[in-house]
Amino acid sequence: MNIPVYKFDAVIVGAGGAGLRSAIQLSEAGLKTAVLSKVFPTRSHTVAAQGGVAASLGNSEEDNWRWHMYDTVKGSDWLGDQDAIEFMCRKAVEVVVDLEHYGMPFDRTDNGKIYQRPFGGHMSNFGEKPVRRACAAADRTGHAMLHAMYQRNVKANTQFFVEWMALDLIRDSEGHVVGVTAMEMETGQVVIFHARAVIFATGGSGRIFASSTNAFMNTGDGLGMTARAGIPLEDMEFWQFHPTGVAGAGVLITEGVRGEGGILRNSNKERFMERYAPNAKDLASRDVVSRAMTTEIKEGRGCGPHKDFLLLDITHLDPAVILKRLPGIREISIQFAGVDPIKEPIPVVPTCHYQMGGIPTRYDGRVMTLGADGESVVVPGFFAAGECACASVHGANRLGTNSLLDLLVFGKSAGDTAVEDLKAGHAHRDLPADAADKARARLAALNDRQGGVSVAEARAAIANTMQTHAGVFRFSDLLKKGAAQILEVEQMVNNLEIKDKSQTWNTARVEALETQNMIEVAKATMISAEARKESRGAHVRDDAPDTPEFPNGRNDKEWLKHSLWFREGNRIAYKPVHLQPLTGEPVALKTRSY
Amino acid sequence: MERAAFQRLRWRCTRRGLLEVDVTLGRFLEEGFGKLSDAEARAFARLADYEDLELWHLISGQKACEDAQLAPIVAMLQKCRGNAATAA
Repeated sequence: MNIPVYKFDAVIVGAGGAGLRSAIQLSEAGLKTAVLSKVFPTRSHTVAAQGGVAASLGNSEEDNWRWHMYDTVKGSDWLGDQDAIEFMCRKAVEVVVDLEHYGMPFDRTDNGKIYQRPFGGHMSNFGEKPVRRACAAADRTGHAMLHAMYQRNVKANTQFFVEWMALDLIRDSEGHVVGVTAMEMETGQVVIFHARAVIFATGGSGRIFASSTNAFMNTGDGLGMTARAGIPLEDMEFWQFHPTGVAGAGVLITEGVRGEGGILRNSNKERFMERYAPNAKDLASRDVVSRAMTTEIKEGRGCGPHKDFLLLDITHLDPAVILKRLPGIREISIQFAGVDPIKEPIPVVPTCHYQMGGIPTRYDGRVMTLGADGESVVVPGFFAAGECACASVHGANRLGTNSLLDLLVFGKSAGDTAVEDLKAGHAHRDLPADAADKARARLAALNDRQGGVSVAEARAAIANTMQTHAGVFRFSDLLKKGAAQILEVEQMVNNLEIKDKSQTWNTARVEALETQNMIEVAKATMISAEARKESRGAHVRDDAPDTPEFPNGRNDKEWLKHSLWFREGNRIAYKPVHLQPLTGEPVALKTRSY
Repeated sequence: MERAAFQRLRWRCTRRGLLEVDVTLGRFLEEGFGKLSDAEARAFARLADYEDLELWHLISGQKACEDAQLAPIVAMLQKCRGNAATAA
């Protein structure tokens, strides 16, 4: 069967913030650029980012990229690469100014400069006192960013392929990336995109957890394709969680609810936080509250038929206070939990929010793998940026508002590096004869299989296995069980059956393909988490507690290194953290405390 | 509604930028959409074309819906509530 081949200079997969930012660089350099997306670009998950973007513009008060860098390294619990972090913090000003030129409607000061507001973790003078560093466009920063960058791309003649699903990366016999296979949802047709550069900007993969704030499209498609192409995934044990998402739905209940007097209770109606944090109680830090909630569930004091959530009680508060001080909470609770919080407590559970790990990249956007001797080597022709990539600037935990900054800086940087490569002028490399075989074989198997496992069943198995065994607080016994169980779930995914065999608009098929990507992310997360025998940042284990020798359970002697998970053989390797910044002295190791 | 058109609508309702919109529209497609008249189904499809934030502001009641054709659909979305915890 002949497969159509579309030839472009560059192909970008994903049209959220990172993909759009990369595309601007390529198209404005006059290169023929295609962007593939499962959804219309301005409906990407970047729209959910409301907080702002960090940049040390110093518009509201004195600020400095070195202070921003310090906050980011500390936030990362020293796992972030300091060369990449310096690169990002220095470039922050430039990418914010770029956006300004694209017409982004930033909030302004009275004298017309970009207004900056304070945000958790943003400090001046190396952690001394809070500084105003976040630039925002009201509460719709992500939305405004997508619109500004989409319009800029339209002007630059970027060619969008909307409602297309990328299937697999194409590598030639020397390991060069030469394109992707993709399927148009409307027709079901499979096409080869033959390119001189491929950039992945596919976003996060938070749907692998049962409780997640991530939109349904965040299924880790770029990570799945990367893993199947023999390239490792980096630091996948690190995921940011929020203590209170509505159980079953994932929608966030703001921490302000506990601030206003909300109380967490278990199935015995006990205010359990009194046992874990006698002074701060329900107002203890995110980590402490999440850990306590997970322990309550693990020890059988969760609520509901499956004992898998806790209750956030505000029934004792004056309804007038709830309506005035916590706007929208009553509506969210009624809409997503079916509970009026004035009368009944809200079911909540620690909820996955952001993926720190991903496709290993350098700060210039190039994807890296390990060479034969275990050294880091470039995968030629392949770039990644945004939440799907691991530069690594977030290390073991991300600083607030650095997510939008990451996608702008590394989207631009990946685009620039690709432009340099392409201007250097090598022609399209030949497509291998088997370019589309893997993708076609997967599609054929899905089409032919009868009596297999349903997509819904396999997804529930992935989500529940991850939530139970590799959630916000990790227990060594559960991680061990989880590592075995996720391989059983993989067998279910290998045996997926779809009832609908139609060619056009077959969403069952697309969901099955997404599930095949999710299982790769799930395995990478579980195996990497089981292997890392310390606590660091967002990865917290019960058997690596806070001791004088290992404050917060962090063990720099053995574990100051990045994990690399390889799909083949489910193997873990490690590579050193870049402690040396591009200029100046490193931010020296110390205990992370706020 | 023919199969392909419905599947396309389903995709556009459940692959949104915001989880809140995914959950609300997805639930309505399963529980309420089948009971709509043709005119109401068209109105729903038009509403689904709204930007995520705009749609969420309508569903959550932060903004009133000023389009007379769409207002009844918004009201139906608001009534189509989950019982997420016990269903999980």
